[in-house]
Amino acid sequence: MKSAVPIATVILAILAAWYVAAALMNAPLQRDLYANAGRTDYSTQDLIVDSLNMERPKLPGPHQVVGELWRLVFATAPTSKRSLVYHGLITLEETLIGFLIGAGLGIGLAVLIVAVRWLERSLMPWIVASQMVPIIALAPMIVVILYQFDITGVAPKAAIAAYLSFFPITVGMVKGFRSPDPLQLDLMRTYSATPLQTFLKLRAPASAPFFFASMKIGAAAAVVGAVVAEVTKSEDGGLGARLLAGSYYGQTVQIWAALFAAAALSAALVGIIGLIGRAAEQRMGFIP
Amino acid sequence: MNARRLADLMPPLAFGLAWLALWEAGLRLLHVPVIILPPPSVIAMRFTTSIPTLAADFWQTIKGVLVGYAIGCVSGLLVAVLVDRSQFLERGLLPLGNLVSALPIVGIAPIMVMWFGFDWQSKAAVGVLMTFFPMLVNTVVGLWSAGAMERDLMKTYGASYRQTLFALRLPAALPFVFNALKINTTLAMIGAIVAEFFGTPIVGMGFRISTEVGHLGIDMVWATVVVAAVTGSLFYALVAGVERRVTFWHASYRARGA
Repeated sequence: MKSAVPIATVILAILAAWYVAAALMNAPLQRDLYANAGRTDYSTQDLIVDSLNMERPKLPGPHQVVGELWRLVFATAPTSKRSLVYHGLITLEETLIGFLIGAGLGIGLAVLIVAVRWLERSLMPWIVASQMVPIIALAPMIVVILYQFDITGVAPKAAIAAYLSFFPITVGMVKGFRSPDPLQLDLMRTYSATPLQTFLKLRAPASAPFFFASMKIGAAAAVVGAVVAEVTKSEDGGLGARLLAGSYYGQTVQIWAALFAAAALSAALVGIIGLIGRAAEQRMGFIP
Repeated sequence: MNARRLADLMPPLAFGLAWLALWEAGLRLLHVPVIILPPPSVIAMRFTTSIPTLAADFWQTIKGVLVGYAIGCVSGLLVAVLVDRSQFLERGLLPLGNLVSALPIVGIAPIMVMWFGFDWQSKAAVGVLMTFFPMLVNTVVGLWSAGAMERDLMKTYGASYRQTLFALRLPAALPFVFNALKINTTLAMIGAIVAEFFGTPIVGMGFRISTEVGHLGIDMVWATVVVAAVTGSLFYALVAGVERRVTFWHASYRARGA
């Protein structure tokens, strides 16, 4: 690992900057607290230490976020509504369902586009345009529309996650199916392979690296979709609902903990897909 | 050339019109209540009658979008150029930047609203955070896209670091920079609209959407979505148009022109 030392250095620098920023941003608040309590005999050191351990800081110190995460993940029963495991599992469920639908839809569209030429010209601009719509703006409405059909709970959020994740997958897979070079396609023609055979034996295997790359992007997008959808329908819980609850009650430490939990979820999904992808690509001979 | 361009436009246009007609006819035939999904004609009516509101929302949101986009993109580019001088920093920042790009950064919206208040400044702050990392990562990669041959040539000319940067490496990085600029148009819009879900002065596209959904003014929601979609598409098209002008030498455009 040649990059381990540089990465560690950068992370340490970020942590240091975070502590400095937290102390600077919270100190005025802490001074007010001292003034309210009629305390004037505090030293600079007191001020710094207390600023980093406030209950409702403007910016909590990293150790506060880690402490809150530890408390809400390991020290709280997973069935409790305060536990981040409870809410994380809700978000994970929505993400996975949405991601699977999005992946199916994305790959299906890509196959169609590669198979039927005129579809690309009429469909592709709309697929691109569908992403120009700030999709997230549609999230509250999709929830309401599905609610009219008595579809509640996980489904609306999974739908939004799916909507966000299908696009990068379609674009990536179209590129992947087109990645075999003309020589290989010509070879298939000299074998007088049918279009289906060409697809199954050449285009599909050749798209593997693109497949895993677009799965990673799609999974990350699905997490974003699920979290934002939870913000718009927060009664059912989930990490997005914790973000909203925290912002209602000014619980900054809780917001940061929920944010880090969502980040960890996203990173874990992308990491798992990356590992599977590496193993598969090694077996298929894409990477040594 | 112009005739061909028109011909290129026809299939998607036909597809879009067919889709609109199908939407309108389907809803009317099936008697779908307007609350669930209004037909295009109702949305168009609503649009024409509430132009002042839509315009006010548009200006409120676009302020946050443009300021966030500009600051995020410029600072991402500058940091990338600075980091580029140190291999050590680059090796540390690049994997982290890639990781951050995969994280749900929009989640930071409630915190930014707390820090910078309800007005457009907090929306711009979310935009900065969302656009910074794609620009950083793309530019760092782009700066290395000039070939070793070209860089050697600059060395034989005795070019200084600065001369190499401005005459060779930055121009070579432009396709990557524009890629980030294009991705970031959508990201800045998403950041601003989501931040408006968490609190605004009572104006703005995100605010309009969340309140109108609340009392079932679905036609107004769709009218706002249309504004958002057209704004997003024009923003993207503008950047893509500038890209075509500036990086006309790149292979992807040369091939098409020939």
